[in-house]
Amino acid sequence: MALIEARDLNRTFSVRRRGAGRRDVVAVRDVTFDVEPGEMVGYIGPNGAGKSTTIKMLTGILVPTSGHLRVAGVEPSRDRRRLARQIGVVFGQRTSLWWDLPLRDSFDLLHRIYRTDPARHRANLAEFVELLALGDLLDTPVRQLSLGQRMRGDIAAALLHDPAILYLDEPTIGLDVVSKGRLREFLRALNATRGVTLLLTTHDLQDIEALCDRVVVIDHGTLVYDGSLPGLHEVGGSTRTLVVDLADAAPPIAVPGADTVRVEGPRQWLRFPAEASAAPVVAAVAAAYDVADLSIQEPAIEDVIRSLYGSG
Amino acid sequence: MADLAARVLEPVVDFGRIARLWMRATMAYPASFWMLAVSSPLTTGLDFVALVIIFGNVDDLGGFSLTEIGFLYGATGVGIGVADLVVGRVGNLGELVRTGRLDTMMTKPVPLLVQVCADGFALRRLARVLQSGAVLAWAATYVDWSPARVATTGAMLVSGSLIFAALFVGMSCLQFWTTDTAEVANGFTYGGNTATQYPLTVFPVEVVKALTFVLPIAFVNWYPALYVLGRDDPFGLPSWLQHASPLAAVVCLGACALAWRSGVRHYTSTGS
Repeated sequence: MALIEARDLNRTFSVRRRGAGRRDVVAVRDVTFDVEPGEMVGYIGPNGAGKSTTIKMLTGILVPTSGHLRVAGVEPSRDRRRLARQIGVVFGQRTSLWWDLPLRDSFDLLHRIYRTDPARHRANLAEFVELLALGDLLDTPVRQLSLGQRMRGDIAAALLHDPAILYLDEPTIGLDVVSKGRLREFLRALNATRGVTLLLTTHDLQDIEALCDRVVVIDHGTLVYDGSLPGLHEVGGSTRTLVVDLADAAPPIAVPGADTVRVEGPRQWLRFPAEASAAPVVAAVAAAYDVADLSIQEPAIEDVIRSLYGSG
Repeated sequence: MADLAARVLEPVVDFGRIARLWMRATMAYPASFWMLAVSSPLTTGLDFVALVIIFGNVDDLGGFSLTEIGFLYGATGVGIGVADLVVGRVGNLGELVRTGRLDTMMTKPVPLLVQVCADGFALRRLARVLQSGAVLAWAATYVDWSPARVATTGAMLVSGSLIFAALFVGMSCLQFWTTDTAEVANGFTYGGNTATQYPLTVFPVEVVKALTFVLPIAFVNWYPALYVLGRDDPFGLPSWLQHASPLAAVVCLGACALAWRSGVRHYTSTGS
C-alpha cells in the first residue's frame, strides 16, 4: 500500500467578495497521486496553485471537500493526532518551536508530548544536533536565532519522533547559498540512511534538482505533470544550448538537429531539444568547422515550468 | 479501562507540561510578572470595594445584604477565575489562526484545545481566583451551614467554572470564521460575570429568564446561592432550578463541544 494515497481530491473555499456575495473557489481539483515509502517528491507550481492547500489536507489541517485520502494508513482530518506521530511538518515561513524558550526546552517538550522512548530520543537528538550543527544553539531562545539556525532547529524538531514522512513547505526560503547547500545535503542523507519519505514544496528549483527523483506539478488546482525531472523537460519543450567557440568568426553554423540562435564574433549559440543527445550535434559541428572550444548549457527549470503553465 | 484512563489523563498531563514551560518563560521577566501579579487582583478587587462603599450608604441592594452579595460575588468570581486560568487563552484563537500557529498545533499529537488553552499559560490569572475566593470565604462565615448546603456550594463552584469555561471556548469558536471577534466573546463572559456580581433582583424578570434559559449564567451562582442562603426565589421561579447548576453545566459543555468540532472541521487556515 502506498504511504500517501490521494484520489480525486478536491477542496473548495467559499470566498466573500466585496459587494458580490459569496463565491466558491476551487483550490484543488481532482488531484490524484500516490507516494511510495522512501520517495523524494517535489511538489511545485506557481503561487496560489494549490500546493499549500494540498499539504494542509495531507497533514489533516484542512478537511477535503471530496475525494479519498489516506496517509500512513489513516484519514488525516479524522485521525489528526494519530497521523501526527507518523509525520513531521516544517513550514518554512513559521516555526513550530516555542518562541521565548531555548531550543533545548522545545526539544524536551516535544519528547514528552510525543512520548518517544527516552533512549531513542537521546540518540536522535544527539544525531540531529551533530548533523545540523545545533550544539552551540541549544541554550539560545528561539527568537534570537537567525533564520537559517531556526530552520535547522525546526527540522530537528520535526524529526525527533521518527516520522515516516517529512513535509517541507518552502524549506530553503530566505536561506543563503551555503545554508541551502547544507540543508539539501542533510535531507539527502536523511532519506538515504533512514528511508524517510520527503514531500517538499519549493520555489527554488535547485532544491528539486538536488533532491527529487520525482516532480509533481500543480497549476490552478489541477495536476499538470507527474514524473521524472528529465521527463518534465521533454513535456515542457525545454532546450539545451551548445556554445561553440570557433577559431575565427564565421557565418551562422548550419547542422541538422540544431538551430543557431546567436552569433557573436567567433562564438555561436546552437539550441537543440533537451531530451536529444548532444553527441551528434557536437560531431556534426566538429566535422564541418574548426572548433576551439565547446560547452553545453542545461535548461533552466523555471523556463520549463513557465512553458508548461503557458500551455496548460 | 486503562486505555480510557490514559486517554483522559494524557491530555491533562500534556496541558501541565506545556503550561509549566510557559510559566518558566514568563519568569524570564520576573519584574513584569510581579507587577502584573500584584496589579491584577487590585483591579478585580476594586469591584468589591465599590460594593462595600455603596453599602456604607444603603442597608440592602435588591433585597440582599452585603454578606449575601459577597457570597454571590465570590462565587461568580471563583467560577470565571478558574475558567479563565484554565481555558481563558482560547480567546487568543484568532491570533493563532492569523499567524498560522494553529496549523502547526494541528500537526502535534496533543488535542488542539489543550494546546490552544495551555499556550501562553500565565499563573497570574490565579489572582482573580484568590481574591474572589477570599470574599467568598468571608461571606461563608455568615452562612447557616448544613451538609446539603455544603454540597450545593461545591457543586456551584464546579458547575460555575464549567459554565464559564464552556462560554469561553464556545464563543471563541467564532474566531475560526472571523478572527477579530474576541471582543464578542469577552462581552458574554466578562459581561456575564459582571451581571452576576449583583443579586438578579436588580434586573427585570425578562433579563433573569434570559440568563436562565438562553445564556444560563444565572446557574453560576444565583440559583444555588438562593438555596445556600435559605432564600425563596424572588421571581417565584421553580425551586428545582436551585439544584440544576450541574445540568446547566452539562448542557453548556455539550453545546461548546459541538461548536468546537464544527469550528475545527470548517477551519480554512490562512492563505499561504
